[in-house]
Amino acid sequence: MNTTWSRFNITSITLGFAFLYLPIVLLVVFSFNESKLVTVWGGFSTKWYVSLFHNQGLMDAAWVTIRVGLISATVATVLGTMGALALTRYTRFRGRVLFSGMIFAPLVMPDVITGLSLLLLFVAIGMDRGMTTVILAHITFTMCFVAVVVQSRLVSFDRSLEEAAMDLGAPPVKTFFQITLPVILPAIVSGWMLAFTLSLDDLVIASFASGPGATTLPMKIYSQVRLGVTPEINAACTILIAIVTVGVIIASVANKRREVQRQLDERAAQRG
Amino acid sequence: MSNVAVADAAAPSTAAEPFLIRLGAGFVSRLVIIVPYLWLLFFFLVPFIIVFKISLSQTAIAMPPYTPVLDFSDGVSGFFAGFRDLNFDNYAWLTQDALYFRAYLTSVVIAAVSTVLTLLVGYPIAYGMARAPATIRPTLLMLVILPFWTSFLIRVYAWIGILKPEGLLNQLLLALRIIDQPLVILNTYTAIFIGIVYSYLPFMVLPLYSSLEKMDYSLIEAAKDLGCPPTAAFWKITFPLSLPGVIAGCLLVFIPAVGEFVIPDLLGGSQTLMIGKTLWNEFFANRDWPVSSAVAVILLLLLIVPIVLFQHAQARAQEQDK
Repeated sequence: MNTTWSRFNITSITLGFAFLYLPIVLLVVFSFNESKLVTVWGGFSTKWYVSLFHNQGLMDAAWVTIRVGLISATVATVLGTMGALALTRYTRFRGRVLFSGMIFAPLVMPDVITGLSLLLLFVAIGMDRGMTTVILAHITFTMCFVAVVVQSRLVSFDRSLEEAAMDLGAPPVKTFFQITLPVILPAIVSGWMLAFTLSLDDLVIASFASGPGATTLPMKIYSQVRLGVTPEINAACTILIAIVTVGVIIASVANKRREVQRQLDERAAQRG
Repeated sequence: MSNVAVADAAAPSTAAEPFLIRLGAGFVSRLVIIVPYLWLLFFFLVPFIIVFKISLSQTAIAMPPYTPVLDFSDGVSGFFAGFRDLNFDNYAWLTQDALYFRAYLTSVVIAAVSTVLTLLVGYPIAYGMARAPATIRPTLLMLVILPFWTSFLIRVYAWIGILKPEGLLNQLLLALRIIDQPLVILNTYTAIFIGIVYSYLPFMVLPLYSSLEKMDYSLIEAAKDLGCPPTAAFWKITFPLSLPGVIAGCLLVFIPAVGEFVIPDLLGGSQTLMIGKTLWNEFFANRDWPVSSAVAVILLLLLIVPIVLFQHAQARAQEQDK
């Protein structure tokens, strides 16, 4: 294996990761800059973090974003998991082509189109724009990502387990909650996390769907960035990056542990 | 569906209770289809119909700022009479003003060029990952996914500090005496290319990696043993076998890049022209809802072929996994 992982491969990976990570690292480093100029180093300081926490506008926006993210990710996970089940378990029902089309198209649909169309819907049905409309919009585009993540797990799922449970007399609903759900749970959890980060991240759809009084963090950051780059924004970004990084690392460690446990269980079951 | 048949065969036909359970299960299973189906119909399909409808209406100074067309408020006959009031001025306007045509064209060209650039950057990374020792592959995979989890807006924003005239890249190049005048990169098309390649790189690397990882590398060994030079072996074996990944990756980059707003707005400045930005300005600055709807309809028509291709690729990949 060592011979096949040539110097060329190592170099391309190193350069690739440098390209991916250097801008983020620089952003984090300059959030600790004493100077107000973002690109000239003036010594170490945490003052931008202090001023960040006194910026009421940013704090309010962060709170709106977190609430929108939690609610929309949870609903999107339920709907997306249902969609994934419908796609993998029911190969034939009326309008299945349209259904799978509506699941896959939002993955690549440009944000400006999704945002505009949802806004026009909200106006057409006479709904006041605010946090609720942002939540509805986020559920719609993130549920498709959840569906794809859960579906990829369901496809490789061993159906004989379910059949065994039902042979033993378990009703389908009970079989789902006792057999299927625990097996696909890791995919559902990563689907939820993906939905949450997508919601946290979205600027364009939220800008269309939102109304006065419901400004999300990306909208706030965007309006400040347009006025110029400030170290305070760097500090806000650093905190977001830190939260996401810690979350992803915890999730992957938990996943690995569950995987190891599962392998041990399987081995024990085979021996017993 | 086989589990249903098994359940039917296994269900003891002694009491009415299993029948009720089966009835309940049938209702629940139908619910699994119906609930997400209705949600997507109402929040994904119906909005497109509304966009299309409004693109055929006239701009008005009111709230909402357009005259209603094809309304059911006048009853069915009023609805059909409404066809006479349809107004294609917005589309005519799009063809008359060369600005829109140029915006569509530049968007497609920029998206296509950036897709090729992303492929050129992403392929060696995916290939290196696929050939890495199996023990470190999960870590490498996580390292590719991690930036994708950090905010898109933040990653684009980070490049402003690097690319601007007094930014970090120019400081470095001036200090190394490679250049003696700062390069103007920010607010040009070059900055847009850099931004798109950077932001969409994980979308390219992941499908490439998954098809390269499945490949049987003894084929390459065999070709080498038979005297095939490495480059020829790459083009004759590796590349064709990774083609599904190449197609999926390219579509995942190309389609959203055509309608991209954040990157051209933050890195491209006011001099660059892309259709996502035009739509945004039409809507938020000019408050012309009918024209921005028409812009969206044309953009969607432009992307319908790549989107259908993408769906086919997804469906095929799903079949293969089974």
